Amino acid sequence: MTDTIVARLAAAAKRYGSLTALDGVDLAVRRGELLALLGPNGAGKSTSISLLLGLIRPDAGRAELFGLDPQRIEARRRIGVMLQAANLPPTLRVGELLRLTMSYYPNPRDFDETAALAGIADLLLRPYGKLSGGQQRRVQFALALCGRPELLFLDEPTVGMDIDARQKLWSAMRALVAEGCAVVLTTHYLEEAEALAQRVVVLGQGHVLSEGSVDDLRKRVALTRIRCVSDLDAEAIAAWSGVASATRENGHLWIATAKAETVVRRLLDADPALSELEVQRAGLAEAFTELTRETTVEQEAA
Amino acid sequence: MNTVAVVAASPAVTSVMPPRRVLGAYLAEARSECLRYMRAPGFLLPILLFPGLFYLVFGVLMGKSEGADAARYLLASYSVFGVMSPGLFGFGVSLSLERDGGLLTWKRALPMPPGAYLLGKMLMAMGAAAVVVLMLLAMAMGLAHVVLAPAQVAALLATGMLGVLPFCALGMLVGTLIKGQGAPGMLQLVYLPMSFLSGLWFPLSMLPKTLQQFAPVWPSYHLDRIALVAAGIVHEPVLPHVLVLAGFAAAFFALAVRQLRRYG
Repeated sequence: MTDTIVARLAAAAKRYGSLTALDGVDLAVRRGELLALLGPNGAGKSTSISLLLGLIRPDAGRAELFGLDPQRIEARRRIGVMLQAANLPPTLRVGELLRLTMSYYPNPRDFDETAALAGIADLLLRPYGKLSGGQQRRVQFALALCGRPELLFLDEPTVGMDIDARQKLWSAMRALVAEGCAVVLTTHYLEEAEALAQRVVVLGQGHVLSEGSVDDLRKRVALTRIRCVSDLDAEAIAAWSGVASATRENGHLWIATAKAETVVRRLLDADPALSELEVQRAGLAEAFTELTRETTVEQEAA
Repeated sequence: MNTVAVVAASPAVTSVMPPRRVLGAYLAEARSECLRYMRAPGFLLPILLFPGLFYLVFGVLMGKSEGADAARYLLASYSVFGVMSPGLFGFGVSLSLERDGGLLTWKRALPMPPGAYLLGKMLMAMGAAAVVVLMLLAMAMGLAHVVLAPAQVAALLATGMLGVLPFCALGMLVGTLIKGQGAPGMLQLVYLPMSFLSGLWFPLSMLPKTLQQFAPVWPSYHLDRIALVAAGIVHEPVLPHVLVLAGFAAAFFALAVRQLRRYG
């Protein structure tokens, strides 16, 4: 089992002065999986990644890359990295940056293949500093994958990208995972995690709040959303048993409930003219909000 | 995308880097470092312009009345003055900006061979130093009619290219202490007074006695002595000066590395 784990944090803790960024976090990345690391700002995502990359040292516990100290170059030769902020040399051309980064790796991916996979074939002759923000992110993605890594760290990769570029990056990420490359992804876009991740770890205030598949995470939130067009009074419905909330927005009636079947039956009985009925299980966004809200409430109560 | 081959080799094999590729990585890093500054005129022009202009005014035009000896003397001193700036600014300013902008963090996360980053900057500074010295040599021999033996030309060039190293180390130290935009100002505060107090602008004998006595405190004073010997103006052993400069370089470098390790 342990040989399938490519990176891990074991009871890792990190403090910055009086601020505890990570408080005993256990985290394992398995070979070939796409793991999404979610959490509000300050939850400890960047600290976790910095520990796994060996950029900082844990105050307690351990960080390992391929069973080695992350600062060992043998371990880093097997990873690719895309950080949130990296001002690359503006006067170097994209192709020069790519060749330079390739030179660090023992067995890099083919130059043209990398450019095609990251969608930067048309940018190779341009100076990096002249590119738009989204184009720069694509170049950084190319630099992350050019070394044929077994593990790829992507910290907020799609920030500043338009929808088209984001879709392309998603499909490139899927191709890499299909090749057997493991990916650690942090993102603010929950639909990104929902679309790509096999496993989701939610961090909050330096702790792991939840770990599991996207479905597991969704199931933690029992609420289902019902939307319909009806003349029924929202306030009256809010008082029904099993209904968490009911509101009227733009002519639609929105109901959140843990007992969708019962509520829908009662709705249809109460209003035979009811139309446009939609029943939706909670998305990752709701689950995430619920999860992080719970802990805040708990911590405030404690 | 379908042609992408899956890495079948066992993990132990993929992370072994043949020595030839390691060397290639060092070369690629040095090449990029030189290229990026060649293409940034805002960096290279002031480094060339200031010593060049100073020498033109004080060495060539005003030196006419003083004769070739003054031009020879100033060639040595302005070479040292000119060589200090690629060391201090090339190393210090770029390091502090790259620490600030996240480039250094990114490079530390990558499998860049150890030291390639610093080695690349060092070669770039040595190259810029060579350009400065060659420019001043051309002006001295072509415009001010200074006569130099080939051995003296070679000695001055070597003094400049190796003499840049202690200033690289000092620039690196300042770059690790100050992040971002504050570094250039701080480096000017080091550069200009140090040049003045080591007698690079005026001969030391024109300075007050106390300042003259303090001159050996500055690394630039020792490099100036070596350059004066190389140009055939003074005759004294250079080894003590070389040792002092090596000591400065080692101390600055050790402090800077410690700082980098601790705070990144």
